[in-house]
Amino acid sequence: MTPPEPPSAGPSSGATGSPGREAGQWRKDLVEVARRRLRGGELGSASVIVALAVIWAVFESLDTSFLSPRNLSNLSVDIVGTGLIAVGVVFVLLLGEIDLSVASVSALAAAVFAAGNVRYGIPEVPAVLLALAVGAAVGAIQGFIVAKVGVPSFVVTLAGLLGWNGLTLYVFGGQGSIILDDNGLVVTLTHYYFHDVAVAYGLAAFGTAAYFLLSYRNARRRRAVGALPTRGMHEIALRTLALAAVSFAAAWTLNQFLGLPLALLIFLGFLVCLDVLLRRTTYGRRIFALGGSVEPARRAGIAVVSVRVSVFMISSTMAAIGGLFLASRITSASETASSGNLLMQAIAAAVIGGTSLFGGRGRTWSALLGILVIQSIASGMALLGIPVAVQLMITGVVLLAAVIIDTLARRTMHAHGWA
Amino acid sequence: MSTTPVLALRGICKHFGAVQALIDVDLEIHAGEVVALVGDNGAGKSSLVKVITGVGPADEGVIEWQGRTVRILQPRDARELGIAAAYQDLALCENLDVIGNLFLGREVRRLGVLNEVAMEQRTRELLNTFSLHIPDLRVPVASLSSGQRQGIAICRCLLGEPELILLDEPTASLGVQQSVQVLDYIEQLRERGLGVMLISHNLGDVKAVADRAVVLRLGRNNGFFDVTTTSQEQIVSSITGATDNAVTRRATPEWEL
Ligand SMILES: Nc1ncnc2c1ncn2[C@@H]1O[C@H](COP(=O)(O)OP(=O)(O)OP(=O)(O)O)[C@@H](O)[C@H]1O
Ligand SMILES: [Mg+2]
Repeated sequence: MTPPEPPSAGPSSGATGSPGREAGQWRKDLVEVARRRLRGGELGSASVIVALAVIWAVFESLDTSFLSPRNLSNLSVDIVGTGLIAVGVVFVLLLGEIDLSVASVSALAAAVFAAGNVRYGIPEVPAVLLALAVGAAVGAIQGFIVAKVGVPSFVVTLAGLLGWNGLTLYVFGGQGSIILDDNGLVVTLTHYYFHDVAVAYGLAAFGTAAYFLLSYRNARRRRAVGALPTRGMHEIALRTLALAAVSFAAAWTLNQFLGLPLALLIFLGFLVCLDVLLRRTTYGRRIFALGGSVEPARRAGIAVVSVRVSVFMISSTMAAIGGLFLASRITSASETASSGNLLMQAIAAAVIGGTSLFGGRGRTWSALLGILVIQSIASGMALLGIPVAVQLMITGVVLLAAVIIDTLARRTMHAHGWA
Repeated sequence: MSTTPVLALRGICKHFGAVQALIDVDLEIHAGEVVALVGDNGAGKSSLVKVITGVGPADEGVIEWQGRTVRILQPRDARELGIAAAYQDLALCENLDVIGNLFLGREVRRLGVLNEVAMEQRTRELLNTFSLHIPDLRVPVASLSSGQRQGIAICRCLLGEPELILLDEPTASLGVQQSVQVLDYIEQLRERGLGVMLISHNLGDVKAVADRAVVLRLGRNNGFFDVTTTSQEQIVSSITGATDNAVTRRATPEWEL
């Protein structure tokens, strides 16, 4: 029973405490809700999706192999390492802090794993755990100095950038790079594909169905207690259709090449789990609260220091995981892994995807959107044979544009009393 | 009074750098009693609230909770005792929505994840109590009017079954109807046996709901009055320092010099 009437027209559940609420008022409220939502945030991720579509269209028109299954499949694996690092950066940005050490930490973790496994013969699983523990420990140290001692995170993690880079060189001991075991677990991470077409299609179907059922059940529950639905049934249907279209198109494309890459599956798994952590748990709520303003959160009895330290640990651990994927992709850990623009890419991905540099606003999915934009540009320009120098400049411009949009968004939000 | 007070403060001192915000302040609040804390700007009223809630703990002095000496060193200590406060500066998280703010630090969970529906329902009930109309509970509170924000701050301290409620100028930016409802609600709280401390510059409100008035002046006690038997003028002259009241001399003989 889902009558289109507002709940006050039906047998009122009483619990809403507003038996006198008029149908007209209820409608007006709904319109108001929609208007405000549109102004705040939701437009942000929509514009990134549009930008991505434009980038893809431009490259496809310049070089028809851009949207080939082979290129897109490679793209979907190339985004994983940096994307995982970017997810960690999203957490730190939500606090209104920054972590400049992520690239160094990712290289350090890869070095620890490679040295442990290849040079000292530690089995792969303990070696991986060791690398992740190193990442977590780095985060704990940096987070403690930021949250407890009160040094700005910019400085602490800048010192970390240098220090962990030095430690990485020390671990390599002048060896330059260590080749990983070709048949090992870590190399498998980015080289395994589910050749069975059913896996990719099954995942697309499962994801779409799960999204629909959860949104639908949520809307029903809200309706049952007379709360305004966060999303109307039409909107749920539309979003489900859009999700189905994207995920089945992706599944079809991937199946044209080698099938669903294991790395992509893991990346999506991280995104979903961390999204739930951020938006559906007490812990995530606390991160957002601290990102907005520390003092009210402190007065609400939140353990400010431990939440902040834990966020830095998440960031460093995600950097370590990302580092293992990056090493896996090139089947070696090398001294130069953290050089180049890995750090900029990770931070840029988070910001381009719509996570605010000013704290308190963002989602894990912005890491996916942002890294897709960055890697698409890199991949398209590589196909066109555009020199790296130009690629760097264009990525710089895109990042600058994203930050300007972020700043302007914040300004308009202030103007509307939003931030 | 014969019964043990819910909260008793003795000899509370608090300084900020060179500023002595509170000097040797005494205060008692009983269950089922509304105590008004009055005083001029900068008298130390908000500082006293923060001492009680652990936001800015006292440098010296004793706090007794239901007859037992307790140490309130951080906000969580006060919350666990059953003390809730609506601060003068509201202390809302600007980027969180109404529900996020109300339940911050005491979120309702179901199977380990936030139970948004239950929290929204409870929020609507509370908002209706004070006739606050906020169409979208999902917008950041920064976008609400200051009256709405104040209403949220008041609602927040009613969650979680506190035994003592501190309201720091709760009606400062409320509309007429909402102010009346807040004052009515304070009387209901008294009937339910809660202790309430009300800070207000509006002596009419104080007269209307408070049982006793405690005057602070320049960080010191400057009078304890029974509101029903004292005229407004007497309270005013105590606030402004025109009198150092006889009651005060009796209550704290050594308060000055
Ligand atoms: N965080 C702080 N840092 C420094 N001084 C402070 C701080 N908080 C309060 N003070 C000082 O303590 C004194 C008492 O301030 P308080 O805010 O308690 O006054 P109040 O009675 O609440 O005044 P009002 O009626 O204006 O709200 C003032 O002199 C003020 O300058
Ligand atoms: Mg004050």
